[in-house]
Amino acid sequence: MDAVLDNLDAVVRAFTYTLLLFLISGVLSLVLGTALAALRVGPVSVLRLAASAYVTIVRNTPLLIVLIFFRIAAPKIGLNFNFVDVQFGDIRLNNLFTACVVGLTVYTAAFVCEAIRSGINAVQLGQAEAARAIGLPFAGVMREVVLPQAFRASVPPLASVQIALLKNTTVAGALGVFEAFARMRSLNNDYATQRIEIFLVFAFVFVVLVEVLSFIANRLERRWRIA
Amino acid sequence: MTAQESAPASAGRGEPLVVLEDVQKHFGQLHALKDIDLTVTRGEVVVVIGPSGSGKSTLCRTINRLETIDEGTITLDGQPLPQEGKELAALRAEVGMVFQSFNLFAHKTILENVTLGPIKVRGMKKDAAEKKARELLDRVGVGHQAEKYPAQLSGGQQQRVAIARALAMEPKVMLFDEPTSALDPEMIKEVLDVMVSLAEQGMTMVVVTHEMGFARTAADRVVFMADGAIVEENTPEEFFTNPSSDRAKDFLGKILKH
Ligand SMILES: Nc1ncnc2c1ncn2[C@@H]1O[C@H](COP(=O)(O)OP(=O)(O)O)[C@@H](O)[C@H]1O
Ligand SMILES: [Mg+2]
Repeated sequence: MDAVLDNLDAVVRAFTYTLLLFLISGVLSLVLGTALAALRVGPVSVLRLAASAYVTIVRNTPLLIVLIFFRIAAPKIGLNFNFVDVQFGDIRLNNLFTACVVGLTVYTAAFVCEAIRSGINAVQLGQAEAARAIGLPFAGVMREVVLPQAFRASVPPLASVQIALLKNTTVAGALGVFEAFARMRSLNNDYATQRIEIFLVFAFVFVVLVEVLSFIANRLERRWRIA
Repeated sequence: MTAQESAPASAGRGEPLVVLEDVQKHFGQLHALKDIDLTVTRGEVVVVIGPSGSGKSTLCRTINRLETIDEGTITLDGQPLPQEGKELAALRAEVGMVFQSFNLFAHKTILENVTLGPIKVRGMKKDAAEKKARELLDRVGVGHQAEKYPAQLSGGQQQRVAIARALAMEPKVMLFDEPTSALDPEMIKEVLDVMVSLAEQGMTMVVVTHEMGFARTAADRVVFMADGAIVEENTPEEFFTNPSSDRAKDFLGKILKH
């Protein structure tokens, strides 16, 4: 236990990085994924095609490769995030952190898109027709009628996608962001005799975080079921 | 219901409002609408009747372009139906539609169902839209349900809300696609009563229905369809008592048996 307690501030900082990676990528992936889903069911065939190509390509690429792309390959073609450097307290959000956020967002958005698309398909066709019949244009039909209902139907799959994202943030540890996984590895090196304890503590925190997410998803699902 | 509020109907009664000329529609191999010529004049109530699969819904849906047509023209108030985009959305706002399955927005309250169009499409202020929506809901007899969700209402109530939702856009014409077919018998009358009073106030209506009572009370004309074509058109009295085509005789024989 000493290993964790003696380094408590470093452990807390590591989980702060984990949570920041998760929260920022989570929100951005919801926005991007929703936009992609809207394009996939939209009236413009070029955009439909582009969105489905995006999903196919990203979904079939391992996360590590997506992250390495934004971390290592993209800067070589001039796409870097050196303009980001935010510091508050011990927490520093730099270009490495941003590359990981972008990679996690791009990757997760493909799964968000599919989760929401399944939700859209669960919305009765008559709902969109009635919305068109009162004169709403496509964007209005989606925003006012289809997406709010699709989100409700998508809560369970979206929760799975976001839980996967939370666990996927550990991959950023391999790319220079000192989040929870990277911290666990370094503690393991420094306290070789306490590996089991260190592992259990980190695993336990992850279990708690995932349980919190599941709880929120359950509440949302129950609250929205009435309507 | 006050006549002034459905004002577009009272002015220029008898002028052509919806005109379909030589309309053709295919679903793949199926010729779903054949050589449709139909003129609905302002203030007129046209009942469309015919066997299942004869193209009645398709006909209705082409009038607000929920279904596109392959050939021919459809005009509303002298204007051809726009292709896509903003103008099409604007046209749809002028054509009220009531569906067999109500299609109330499941995640919105009754009041929100009725105010959505006026606020988002017509740009009305929320207060004004709600005031008007409550008046309309009172008119169709569901004013006290305004804060509930659609699933909490009976079918008949939901369908009356759907009528109020369409009326809130102040449409030039109302399309009804079998508005009572999904209802339990005891609820059919409450919906038909609303439709009859709409007709009395001069609303232009195209109504797909097998309710002969409604056709006799409210319709100016009955259009009989079979296999995608208009087979016969007549006054309700003539059509029901003395149909001229064999298809119509056959069809009426079947629905009159029970
Ligand atoms: N979206 C569609 N795709 C293919 N066939 C359709 C579609 N909509 C309707 N049809 C067919 O067109 C014909 C007319 O249908 P419809 O207009 O719904 O008839 P009605 O309302 O008179 O029962 C039917 O044979 C039906 O199966
Ligand atoms: Mg039909």
